[in-house]
Amino acid sequence: MGTTASQLGKDLLSEYQELTFLTKQEILLAYKRFSELLGKDEKDVLHERVPMDRILTLPELKSNPFRKRICYVFSTSDSKNGSLTFEDFLDLLSAFSDSATMEIKSHYAFRIFDFDDDGTLDCGDLEKLVNCLTGETDETKLTAEEMRQLISNILEESDIDKDGTVNLSEFQHVISRSPDFVSSFKIVL
Amino acid sequence: RHREKRVDGDIVRRKRGNERRKGASRAEEGESQTRPERIDRGRRKRTRSHQDTKGSEGDEEVQPKIQSGRAAKTRKHTKNEKTRKKEEEEKAEKGEGKERHGKRKKTSASKKEREEVGGKHTMKEKAQEVKRKKHMKVPSEEDDIDEEVDEEEEVRPESLSSEELEKLKEAVDERKKLIQALRGKPWPIKKKCVILRESQEFVEKYEGALGKGKGRKLYAYKVLMSKKWMKFQRDFENFKTACIPWEMKIKEIESHFGSSVASYFIFLRWMYGINMILFCLTFGLVMVPEALMGRPYGTIPRKTVPRAEATSAMDFAVLWDFGGYAQYSVLFYGYYNNQRAVGWLKFRMPLSYFLVGVGTVAYSYMVVIRTMARNANESGVGDDNSFNFNWRMFTSWDYLIGNPETADNKFASITTSFKEAILEEQESQKDDNIHLTRFLRVLANFLVLCCLAGSGYLIYFVVRRSQKFALDGLENHTWWERNEVNMVMSLLGMFCPMLFDVISALENYHPRVALQWQLGRIFALFLGNLYTFIIALMDEINLKREEENIIKFNITVWEASLFNGTVSVNSTAPPVTIEPADVPRGPCWETMVGQEFVRLIISDTMTTYITLLIGDFLRAVLVRFLNYCWCWDLEAGFPSYSEFDVSGNVLGLIFNQGMIWMGAFYAPCLPALNVLRLHVSMYLQCWAVMCCNVPQERVFKASGSNNFYMAMLLVILFLSTLPAIYTIVTIPPSFDCGPFSGKQRMFDVIQETLESDFPAWFGKVFSYASNPGLVLPFMLLMVPILHFCTLRWFLKSCNDLFYILFKQNEENKKKNKLAALKAQMDLEEARKGSSRTAQQQKNSPSLQDQESEAFYYIENKKKIKRKIECKNVI
Repeated sequence: MGTTASQLGKDLLSEYQELTFLTKQEILLAYKRFSELLGKDEKDVLHERVPMDRILTLPELKSNPFRKRICYVFSTSDSKNGSLTFEDFLDLLSAFSDSATMEIKSHYAFRIFDFDDDGTLDCGDLEKLVNCLTGETDETKLTAEEMRQLISNILEESDIDKDGTVNLSEFQHVISRSPDFVSSFKIVL
Repeated sequence: RHREKRVDGDIVRRKRGNERRKGASRAEEGESQTRPERIDRGRRKRTRSHQDTKGSEGDEEVQPKIQSGRAAKTRKHTKNEKTRKKEEEEKAEKGEGKERHGKRKKTSASKKEREEVGGKHTMKEKAQEVKRKKHMKVPSEEDDIDEEVDEEEEVRPESLSSEELEKLKEAVDERKKLIQALRGKPWPIKKKCVILRESQEFVEKYEGALGKGKGRKLYAYKVLMSKKWMKFQRDFENFKTACIPWEMKIKEIESHFGSSVASYFIFLRWMYGINMILFCLTFGLVMVPEALMGRPYGTIPRKTVPRAEATSAMDFAVLWDFGGYAQYSVLFYGYYNNQRAVGWLKFRMPLSYFLVGVGTVAYSYMVVIRTMARNANESGVGDDNSFNFNWRMFTSWDYLIGNPETADNKFASITTSFKEAILEEQESQKDDNIHLTRFLRVLANFLVLCCLAGSGYLIYFVVRRSQKFALDGLENHTWWERNEVNMVMSLLGMFCPMLFDVISALENYHPRVALQWQLGRIFALFLGNLYTFIIALMDEINLKREEENIIKFNITVWEASLFNGTVSVNSTAPPVTIEPADVPRGPCWETMVGQEFVRLIISDTMTTYITLLIGDFLRAVLVRFLNYCWCWDLEAGFPSYSEFDVSGNVLGLIFNQGMIWMGAFYAPCLPALNVLRLHVSMYLQCWAVMCCNVPQERVFKASGSNNFYMAMLLVILFLSTLPAIYTIVTIPPSFDCGPFSGKQRMFDVIQETLESDFPAWFGKVFSYASNPGLVLPFMLLMVPILHFCTLRWFLKSCNDLFYILFKQNEENKKKNKLAALKAQMDLEEARKGSSRTAQQQKNSPSLQDQESEAFYYIENKKKIKRKIECKNVI
């Protein structure tokens, strides 16, 4: 513990505490887990990028149907490959942490659900989302008719401006009334 | 010319920046308002090149402001957004310095004007940019050089006028606010880091410049202290999280079984905390003082084992029943002496005993209600059905699930919930035989009622029988006969829920409804059992009191005979010394009640642990190892592994707590026992759940029912304090045991204290205040106040809506103004016809969106108003 703390630097640590919803212990734990993800030859934990497939080996993300989306959303990489730096990783944990606000959570949730990154949830996004939620197997998949019905119901409820898509404000409006979004939108290391 | 324009731009930009920072919390909303616009822009950009889209929302949000700054300065740059941002921040500082030196005479009016000009520039710039981008991207870097030409000037705070100081102070405060709000921004950490460092630098640099003479020192001191305080708070927060016990254990369970199973353990931990405090209260204020400062064991009859029991007092069987030495110890009510003050501290023992008893209940009420209120606040308005599908869609995944098996179950349950929802929506599936279902449901409820009545009668019968046994003397009976009551209660608690489960299969309810019915029935069962037990106990108390009267009479006879005897034998002997063990004594019903509760808790705990070991562990072992040599697949087939029954366990915990509250007054050791039990439970159940349970087939989310459990706890708390208070208030205490012996009622101890320890006027005031003539009007007053409080709660939520409405109105106005500006600009510059249509397109959907949203809020508000009216009518 002591060694990781000294590696991370006291100033940096307090800065991270200032900027994220994480406590000191959580940041140090994240640091530990992240440096475990890095290979042996990569010593520079703070600036190294970890490719997405290695991030996805984390047990916390392994069985999440949105794991790839999560990586893409939090990645700051230029080549859009979903690789994360330590800071991106902290961002991720902060958004999914216990004390993050509803706004932050819903914002990132929206971006995770927005599969084509166009800023709205259109029918394609919703369809992909349903497929993610029902799993890959055939027996759990919805039929085309069910899917159509479901999506039209969803839009009917939440699409206030009737433009056929759900935008961020509509999304946040819906989410903020949900009783258990905040408690389930959580990933803890 | 160029330079001046640039400065103007800076001011404008700063002003806007301030505006942005002021509403740190508002930023989100503002962002969501401008969203469609941004999206539009984003889309266009994306089609052109991918590089531009990489900016996050935050980047895009800042963009217009940056542009306004840049508009005044130079109109030829296109830059990648990150460098632009940095540049902007640099400029903020420069502008600060410059403004102070060059532009002292600027009035706010002229600034406003300039802002508008700046705004126009922005529009132009935007349009131009868009146009330019359409053609190609010119990566021009020369503006960086342009930037660096400006040398940063030194700040000389002495030369500042008060007005500028004020401005500076404002700027510093805004920076500080920005720093605080930074963690709530959805930006990548790198950007936040840059802004943070930059802002901190700024604050540090100019903070010293604020204030003059003495004021400055004070200000610096204040700043220093606030920094220290912040650091301390953060450290304290870290410390607090480090102190939460079992965090890792719970987290592990959470990732394996999802949040519902974990919620049980969190609830358990919460209970543990409460019991810890109850334990500290009773232990520190009742048990320890009596043990240390009260009369030691063996000095008076109530503190001695009677002669008849002395031989067996140390036997394990007796101690296990909490008889013998255990009965005559601080663990039970009867041991306490009625001496008014004990020890050199003059500790008021009986008063302390009474107040701790009351305090335990009061504290529990407070904690439960407060937690409920907090939960209600957090969850908000949760139970409207208007977003049924959306919630299923967007919030049904439990991100904590880290176990593939649980994930598979979750997939399946989400799919079924989708299908169910669709079916419900279509309503194509009408009940084909509604009469049959109705009949079956009525039948099921009838059966359940029979079960409840049967179990109630069984308990009553058993308790009465045990009284008969007790009168005969316990030694003549077998172990079963002695422990019959507790065993029967535990067994009923174990098997009846299973029976209910079978019966509920008849009803064919939706699983969630079925779960609620099941919970309600178990609740009724437990409650019925508990109350039958209490009623039987009441009978016993009455019996004991009759016995007490007889014994009281006998004692006077015995004392007289003793006196006479000694006198007749030897008149010169010293006063007779009778061993305390030989003194005849009353039955002490309070200790009896305490003992019953302690036994109940013990047997309950034992049954829980044994069911855990047999039902979960043994089953898991058998299934696991017999599977090698069995004719069908045990793991997948019939016995399988057991699931963790969240609701049953929570109910068990709640009832256990209810018994603690009921019995704690007569057995101060109960909270300690409960702490022990919960502690062991935590480890045992954590282990059991990880090693021998499988994730639930239907993964329910827990948080929704969180307050449901709390409400049950509150009901139980109320129901369990009722009998305790009833006995305290109506039944006179035993004459020869306990801290209140010799008094007419237990609460007389308060009056006694008032009379002897407080000045006379205080007692008088108190007696007036406790007059029913005063209490009644007071209670009448309380009702409207409570009513008002609930009303205010409603109003608060109303106010939130008003606030949102107001916000949106404002935003709308701003938008309109902007739109007007745009239109004006477009008229002026007719050649940009193409950009104009683009702007309008941008604007219209967002406006529409807001309008409809505002409309929605109004609707909502009406609903709440109606609610309030209903309340008022009630």
